[in-house]
Amino acid sequence: MTHLADLPVWAAIPVALLLLLGASLALIGSIGFVRLRSFYERVHAPTLGTTMGIGSVLLASMLCFTVLQSRLVLHEILIAIFMVVTTPITLMLLARAALYRDRSEGSDDVPAAPPVPPVQTAAPPAPDAAPPV
Amino acid sequence: MTATLLLWSIFLAQILLVAAMACATIRVLRGPRAQDRVLGLDTLYVNATMLLLTFGIRTGSTLYFEAALIIALLGFVATAALAKFLMRGEVIE
Repeated sequence: MTHLADLPVWAAIPVALLLLLGASLALIGSIGFVRLRSFYERVHAPTLGTTMGIGSVLLASMLCFTVLQSRLVLHEILIAIFMVVTTPITLMLLARAALYRDRSEGSDDVPAAPPVPPVQTAAPPAPDAAPPV
Repeated sequence: MTATLLLWSIFLAQILLVAAMACATIRVLRGPRAQDRVLGLDTLYVNATMLLLTFGIRTGSTLYFEAALIIALLGFVATAALAKFLMRGEVIE
């Protein structure tokens, strides 16, 4: 572990704190994921890990490698951008799929589907209308 | 001194992340419905990404970063495909 000894104290302490913060947020999110009751409550819990948790770990990694290689190492931002973009998409897809499944089973726990508005058909022309000039 | 501090904090973070992965695995095994299992798999992917990043800090190699990136990519694709399957009953229409 020679490279860790090269890290100065002012960088080592934030790296350690950020790592512990990220890991504990991920653990809290996962515990909530096990303990919460309905699926619609459970969908919120892992986002604790996917936003702040992975953000802290990525910050720790960026700080560590930037100080170690004495140049700016920013490629961890790729994962951060990717997580920020994809997490809402996947969770929204999952929640909509769950809502669709619950509704198609006629479950009482979810609100009913909104009424579908009648399809607007083109009105037939009035018979006594004046012909277009 | 700093090496000891960092080693212990990385070790503790890894233990916490493994506990988080165990919680997600419990939900995957126990989950009453299919969407719970899919969400558990997604959580498992995210926790595995973070675990690989901590391995990268521990060993000081950027190889683990690429593995973490690939796991994040595959996790998104897998979850999106499974959610589509739950919604429609088929993945590619």
